[in-house]
Amino acid sequence: MLSLNAMNVLQPIGRIFLAFLATVGRLSMFTGSALSHCVRPPFYPRIIGRQMVEIGFFSLPVVGLTAIFAGMVLALQSYTGFARFSAEGAIANVVVLSITRELGPVLAGLMVAGRVGAAMAAEIGTMRVTEQIDALTTLSTNPMKYLVAPRLIAGLTMMPILVFIADIIGVFGGYVVGVYKLGFNAANYLQRTYDFLEAEDVISGLVKASVFGFIITLMGCYHGYHSKGGAQGVGTATTYAVVSASILILSSDYILTELFFAK
Amino acid sequence: MSDARPKIRLRNLHKSFGDKVVLNGVDLDVGVGESVVVIGGSGTGKSVMIKCILALLPVSGGSIQVDGEEVVGIGSKDRERINRKFGMLFQGSALFDSLPVWENVAFGLLAEKRVSRSEARDVAVGKLAQVGLTPEVGDLSPAELSGGMQKRVALARAIAADPEIIFFDEPTTGLDPIMADVINDLIVKITREMGATALSITHDLASARKIAHRIAMLYEGKIIWVGPTADIDDSGNPYVDQFIHGRAVGPIKMAIRA
Ligand SMILES: Nc1ncnc2c1ncn2[C@@H]1O[C@H](COP(=O)(O)OP(=O)(O)O)[C@@H](O)[C@H]1O
Ligand SMILES: [Mg+2]
Repeated sequence: MLSLNAMNVLQPIGRIFLAFLATVGRLSMFTGSALSHCVRPPFYPRIIGRQMVEIGFFSLPVVGLTAIFAGMVLALQSYTGFARFSAEGAIANVVVLSITRELGPVLAGLMVAGRVGAAMAAEIGTMRVTEQIDALTTLSTNPMKYLVAPRLIAGLTMMPILVFIADIIGVFGGYVVGVYKLGFNAANYLQRTYDFLEAEDVISGLVKASVFGFIITLMGCYHGYHSKGGAQGVGTATTYAVVSASILILSSDYILTELFFAK
Repeated sequence: MSDARPKIRLRNLHKSFGDKVVLNGVDLDVGVGESVVVIGGSGTGKSVMIKCILALLPVSGGSIQVDGEEVVGIGSKDRERINRKFGMLFQGSALFDSLPVWENVAFGLLAEKRVSRSEARDVAVGKLAQVGLTPEVGDLSPAELSGGMQKRVALARAIAADPEIIFFDEPTTGLDPIMADVINDLIVKITREMGATALSITHDLASARKIAHRIAMLYEGKIIWVGPTADIDDSGNPYVDQFIHGRAVGPIKMAIRA
């Protein structure tokens, strides 16, 4: 009786564990295959270009808005905290470091995951359930090369550019609040922004951005590519793409931060 | 046809998904220039059979020969070469909705870099004409077309690279009877003009009678009957009889799960 109970408990755990391993294996193979197609011809410059515009240009409004409010709220909040030990002067540094090292890439990553990752999963998922991916294969075109590789390349390259712009907008948001609301001297604020900023701060943020771009497009493509079962399956794929990308962004963010921290 | 080696030869073809057996030893020959139609109920594995031949799905066992060459387990270079012999009309047309009609039609040619973009356009216009569509249609997006028009475009795309073998997956499903007949006529005309071999699957018997030289019936993962189209009405096979007369009562058990 006891052993039967133990079986009942262990069975689902084993099943979940096996399903997890299968997913990890499938994802690894997908990633390896996708990466190898990124570096082997033929390339599809038109599609890469279109995806770059989609990720880099059309995400600008959302990412810009997110960045400016993040910068503004950061200035305001740090003032509240720092005023308590008369360190208001450090606000400019706090804003620029937080934005470039952390909030720029993470917030942009989460916004792009919601916008681009979801759209990719929906588009590729629809192509899967309507047999368009099969059609590609029958027309001498490798779907990994034609659909997945261009998106990964666009994600890897455009996210750093997008985040660089977001950094500038975010710092500007902090500046606006610092100067117009908190009454800092404009030249002074900018001076402090530059003085303590190091190249590594910006670069580490841009490296993160690139990794996040990869994660977002990989999750969008992977879940779209493996969607099944009609419209409902595509919906599920879209949800998974956004949720898994968001979780991976936040967890890899910690790992990356620690790597840069060690230096 | 009996002396020449068949264009496609399936032997003991097996395909399972997990523990669900779909194809359980399919044997089928399609001769050079012949049009064979496989009939069978929904979910019996007709599409799966074609997708195994095209290597869109890995087979679980058995042999597939194309022009006498074994193609199960061949490398990707050989697979590309073999797949160039094939054209496929998908059940739902499967047109790329991000591309205009003409680029859909010329997609394979452009992918193989056989032609420049402007030449590809001319070829596409020619193929569209073959399926009875005007050049202006080439600039529309697939979403702007009716189902029948989409089928025609998909047909034009399937024949664009002049394949030796064309697969038709339920070419008339979802069309009104008149449009279905138009598509049937096109299939007959085009395969005859091109001298192509055709393997079609359908559960539309009127369509099968019109386009087939021979008809085969797939049931429970096996080909249970095959014969000339003229013999379909007196096949002497109770399963075939039930199917062609659309009777609810008979030896065929309806699967509840797809
Ligand atoms: N990729 C797949 N994964 C799992 N099961 C599948 C897959 N493709 C088809 N099947 C199953 O195989 C069976 C045959 O499907 P199909 O060949 O599409 O039938 P039809 O004869 O109507 O074309 C169905 O039960 C379907 O659920
Ligand atoms: Mg089918």
